[in-house]
Amino acid sequence: MPKASTKKTEKNVEDLSYEEALAELEQVVSALENEQSQLEDAIRLFERGQALAARCGVLLEAAELKVKQVVGEEVMAFEEESE
Amino acid sequence: MQPSLFPAAVPQTFTVSKLTFQIRKLLEENEILQDVWVQGEISNLSRPASGHVYFTLKDTNASLKCVMWKTSAARLNLPLRDGMAVEVHGKIGVYEPAGQYQLYADQIRGVGEGALYQEFMRLKAMLEAEGLFDPDRKKNIPELPHKIGIVTSATGAALRDMLNTLRRRLPLVEVILAPSPVQGTEAPSALVKAINTLDDKQLDVIILARGGGSIEDLWAFNDERVVRTVADTMTPIICGVGHETDFTLCDFAADLRAPTPTAAAELATQITVLDLQAEVQTYKTRLASATVNLIAEQKASLASLTAQLRYLSPARLIQSERQRVDELSRRAFMSIAYRVNLQKNHFEGTQKRLEAVSPLAVLARGYAVVTRKADGGVVSRVAQASDVMKVRVSDGEFEVKK
Repeated sequence: MPKASTKKTEKNVEDLSYEEALAELEQVVSALENEQSQLEDAIRLFERGQALAARCGVLLEAAELKVKQVVGEEVMAFEEESE
Repeated sequence: MQPSLFPAAVPQTFTVSKLTFQIRKLLEENEILQDVWVQGEISNLSRPASGHVYFTLKDTNASLKCVMWKTSAARLNLPLRDGMAVEVHGKIGVYEPAGQYQLYADQIRGVGEGALYQEFMRLKAMLEAEGLFDPDRKKNIPELPHKIGIVTSATGAALRDMLNTLRRRLPLVEVILAPSPVQGTEAPSALVKAINTLDDKQLDVIILARGGGSIEDLWAFNDERVVRTVADTMTPIICGVGHETDFTLCDFAADLRAPTPTAAAELATQITVLDLQAEVQTYKTRLASATVNLIAEQKASLASLTAQLRYLSPARLIQSERQRVDELSRRAFMSIAYRVNLQKNHFEGTQKRLEAVSPLAVLARGYAVVTRKADGGVVSRVAQASDVMKVRVSDGEFEVKK
């Protein structure tokens, strides 16, 4: 019963990283495409999928390059020179 | 003492052209002079609109006129300046109108480059023989990295270019910079340390980069220690040192060579944020169409169930029962009517027979029935007569008195 297991582990969309959200989106889409879901489950999957897709979109839009530097044994923030 | 115009033994007299031609022939037949490297300092540099380059090469004791034609000048990879110490390759020829021998130059390099080049070739051959550059040693560069290490100078334009490229193409990545001097005597050991530090950090790919420069500027990237370190990393490594035409031994040792630092950043991010957005869009479309299909399927099965239900509905049963009732009632009616008819006929026959024996029929023949008015008794003998009697005839009765 894969449905039951996804439901159990379903995390708040806002807490997912891009990779997690994308991986789950992929699962949701193939579940919708390949499994005979109950209508109620299907609608729940669809809503979950929409939320995941929106999360991915937001993360892509808002992504900012994180730059750190190695100083000795430490990894710390790197201040770029302004242009 | 004036030389005699007509000396006894007359030597051959040349025209200027002929003599100049002889000199030219002499110089041009000399193999050494036709393929020569000359070291000196540039002076009187001139670059007219023609695109050809004219200068004088000199040292403390002598000078040599030099010409470099436009086609060779276009291939120069170091900017010429007066006072610059260079090595010029070319052939000696004569410019006859000025009676001047000069060097027709086709290559110019910084002083010392020749020796460096020899060293470069020696090291390259050695490391190549060791198999350090073998294609089957090359690791694959991941298409979608999460963490990218960069080894370069913290202050150069190369770093800025790379960060801008990464920001534009794939801002999801995390960059770990290991700053290192990229030229000078400390550069090789610092580069080795920086590369090894990043190699331990579980990164997806490392970029080793430096902007363009002369062969001396790029020399750290030909240092044997650095080249070996690049070849030995666990992490895939992309080398983007110098410009398009510059090759360093690190380029050969790295898993992938990029022509510039910017190109290295591009090669490290084969999948860009645009690709990712398109992927998400595809999922969105599939999500919507899968759901629409699913709902359509559900609707279709609902419709078919409704049809089945309608077929099985008691309404149909009632309909058919009603029909049966109608049928039965019609049959009942017909059978009743038949019976009634039968009875009617029978009744009529009986009635006729009854009429035949009825006293009324006797009356019709002119007989009468006389009854006493008082008690209604029939008077069939005289003794039975009373004062008042009723006489019944065929069409009615009347009273009579005795």
